[in-house]
Amino acid sequence: MHIIESGNVAAASGVKLARAQVIAAYPITPQTPLTEKLSEFVDAGEMQAEYIPVESEHSALAVCIAASSTGARAFTATSANGLLYMVEQVHWAAGARLPIVMCVVNRGIGAPWTVWNDHQDSISQRDAGWIQLYACDHQQIIDTVIQAFLLAETVSIPVMVCYDGYLLSHTYMPFDVPDPDKVDEFLPAFKPAYALDPKQPANLNTVTLPDIRPDVRGNLAPGYMEIRHNLHVDLRRAIDKVAEIDARFQKIFNRGGHPFIEPYCCEDADFIAVCLGSLSYQLRDVVDELREEGLKAGVAGLRLYRPFPEQAMVELLAKAKGVVVFEKALSYGNQGALFTDIKAALYPGPARPFVKNFILGLGGREIKTADLLKTFREACTQGPASIDTPQWIGLKL
Amino acid sequence: MSDATFACKKSHSEPGPGDAGKTGSWRVLRPIINVNLCIPAKTNKMACFNCWLYCPDGVVTRTIPPTINYEYCKGCEICAEECPVAAIQMVEETKLIKKEK
Amino acid sequence: MSVNSTILSLPEEELVHPGNRACAGCGLSILYRIGLKALGRNTILVVPPSCLTVLQGLYPIAATQLPCLNVTFASTGAAATGVIGALKALGKTDITVAAWAGDGGTADIGIQSLSGACERGENFIFICYDNEAYMNTGVQRSGTTPQGVITTTTPIRGKLQPKKDVPAIMAAHNLNYVATGTAAYPLDFYDKIMKAKTITGPKYFHLQTPCPAGWGFDPRYSVKIGRLAVESGLFDLYEIEHGEFRLTGASLKLLGKKRQPVAAYFESQSRFRALTEEMIADIQKQVDEKWAGYEQKMAKKMKE
Repeated sequence: MHIIESGNVAAASGVKLARAQVIAAYPITPQTPLTEKLSEFVDAGEMQAEYIPVESEHSALAVCIAASSTGARAFTATSANGLLYMVEQVHWAAGARLPIVMCVVNRGIGAPWTVWNDHQDSISQRDAGWIQLYACDHQQIIDTVIQAFLLAETVSIPVMVCYDGYLLSHTYMPFDVPDPDKVDEFLPAFKPAYALDPKQPANLNTVTLPDIRPDVRGNLAPGYMEIRHNLHVDLRRAIDKVAEIDARFQKIFNRGGHPFIEPYCCEDADFIAVCLGSLSYQLRDVVDELREEGLKAGVAGLRLYRPFPEQAMVELLAKAKGVVVFEKALSYGNQGALFTDIKAALYPGPARPFVKNFILGLGGREIKTADLLKTFREACTQGPASIDTPQWIGLKL
Repeated sequence: MSDATFACKKSHSEPGPGDAGKTGSWRVLRPIINVNLCIPAKTNKMACFNCWLYCPDGVVTRTIPPTINYEYCKGCEICAEECPVAAIQMVEETKLIKKEK
Repeated sequence: MSVNSTILSLPEEELVHPGNRACAGCGLSILYRIGLKALGRNTILVVPPSCLTVLQGLYPIAATQLPCLNVTFASTGAAATGVIGALKALGKTDITVAAWAGDGGTADIGIQSLSGACERGENFIFICYDNEAYMNTGVQRSGTTPQGVITTTTPIRGKLQPKKDVPAIMAAHNLNYVATGTAAYPLDFYDKIMKAKTITGPKYFHLQTPCPAGWGFDPRYSVKIGRLAVESGLFDLYEIEHGEFRLTGASLKLLGKKRQPVAAYFESQSRFRALTEEMIADIQKQVDEKWAGYEQKMAKKMKE
């Protein structure tokens, strides 16, 4: 069924279809309409879930961690400083291998206060051990939320579904709400390997000594370093699962096909722009215009940021002469995180297109298509950059 | 879709004694129950058992006579202190070990 | 429903394994052992970092025989909420959810999530074992460290501020049940947990927990010192059931009787060495006033 609704309602509809059992959230702009909608679903009896209006984001994820440990499908959502307030829990959820799904409605972080969109919030959590998926439009939001639960539960790793605050969260677009029966076919009920149970008592996440120790049966148990190593290995293995789940989704719902990177005009492109989120759709207009000018340009929207899909990225960029990375976030004192990741992915291979970095849209600074056009055009025609530092677009110094 | 190789990689501890080893080795003084004074032992009645109630480590039994698990008893002396008839004597481990050898 | 258990009526079965890392003579060990007997096996525990984290056993061996979720320091109330929410969603409504936190995890870093859980009316038992400082990290002052106490962060003059009255804060949440307890009176604690299990909504316990290492006394006196705290009228055993305050056990028996001087309690522990005679006299006055209030309340009740 097609409806015209906001990105936040798309996310809420996905959570409802996924039959989340415990939802905990604390209000923060621009996430609020998402959780308001969920509380409405629960209050109206349209959704069988416990909606827990917690007193902080730290507690929101604490509720999800405990609920997931007890065997329930758990969901939360946040933005910006809310995500930062729960950082301790973000890392904890990954270390505890809990398949929680969290929407991060991307917003710039203070200080100074801003409520508008950029990606600094979720990018700051790239090393937490979560899977990070980015949606570019409303259809991707609802589809990704549903897929995220299956992915999380398949690999026992929590998943962040990130989408742009206001640009997607508060804008209205038509999208298809999948048939509930088909969603049930796609996403079976959550059956954890272990859930807290008085009949099978276990003590979860206790203090772990530096070296390995025997368990009660005398067998050596994996220690802290092994548990953390497993998380890393399983995150790498999750890349294949992302593709498998996308293929399964495509088969049932007839949508998808680009689980890692969504390319536009990249097959023959000499110059490829790479970015996260809705910006990649804005850049499609720029690519069309550059193509008319005779420049073979393309744009790639990254859907899976962690684990980083190096192989897919290298394959996409191998034939290009230049790569332009547009980022709404920055590793302060260095460069854009995605820029670093792309250069690192290309480094071991023979293909060495030039790679340039542009920072834009911080704190919701308007991203003008004309500016993108001028920047992308110049970056292509001027060839390799002599310096590695990022250039800023839209800065009014 | 479910893949068992991803699961069961959590920190999962199971109940069992002796996480800290045989904590009896912490003991400097050993509590020894004098059955001639101990109320349940002397009267052959289920009575008193302050030693059982207050033992922080649950190593005293509520039996006639009460027994102490020396493998794990940390030697805190609370049982001796709380015994209403001073039936529990604290004896230096070094002396006892010498004798036992 | 009131129970009056005896040493002989307590369950035989031990739910805490020996050979754990708690210090010899640990007051918490007594309370935990008795508390788990009262809670029973059909319970899920939630524990933030504290001495209990160590007592519970280091991975991969657990000293507790009940299922337990270790959680971050600030999140105990919320984590208990998550367990309750999941149990509700899964239709398992007969399981008791009990959180055990230290004074830091309750009164300081944990108070926000505890307050939130209580305001939401979550059906669980929250047990604060108050050893009156951050003992697990080496005796730093906490919000519940009494005035004048020497800790590693109040090393010379002692703590300048008075103890935070956490049970009063929790009572202000209009809970159906708030109770105190101490390691010196395990049966009083056992009976209160049994009662709490029959009451719905959040239940709050504040337990005085003598700590030989942190308070500076010989381990053999853990129970004695707990008893002295009650007998001197410094720490009172009471419960507030549906808003009604009543003294219990040894504190109730103290009404109309002569109390031990507070100085005896202070002299028994090296942590009080910074207290001057004037300070002790002042505290004695405060305790006397508090107890005069109890006596008045009691007399009024008798009239009614």
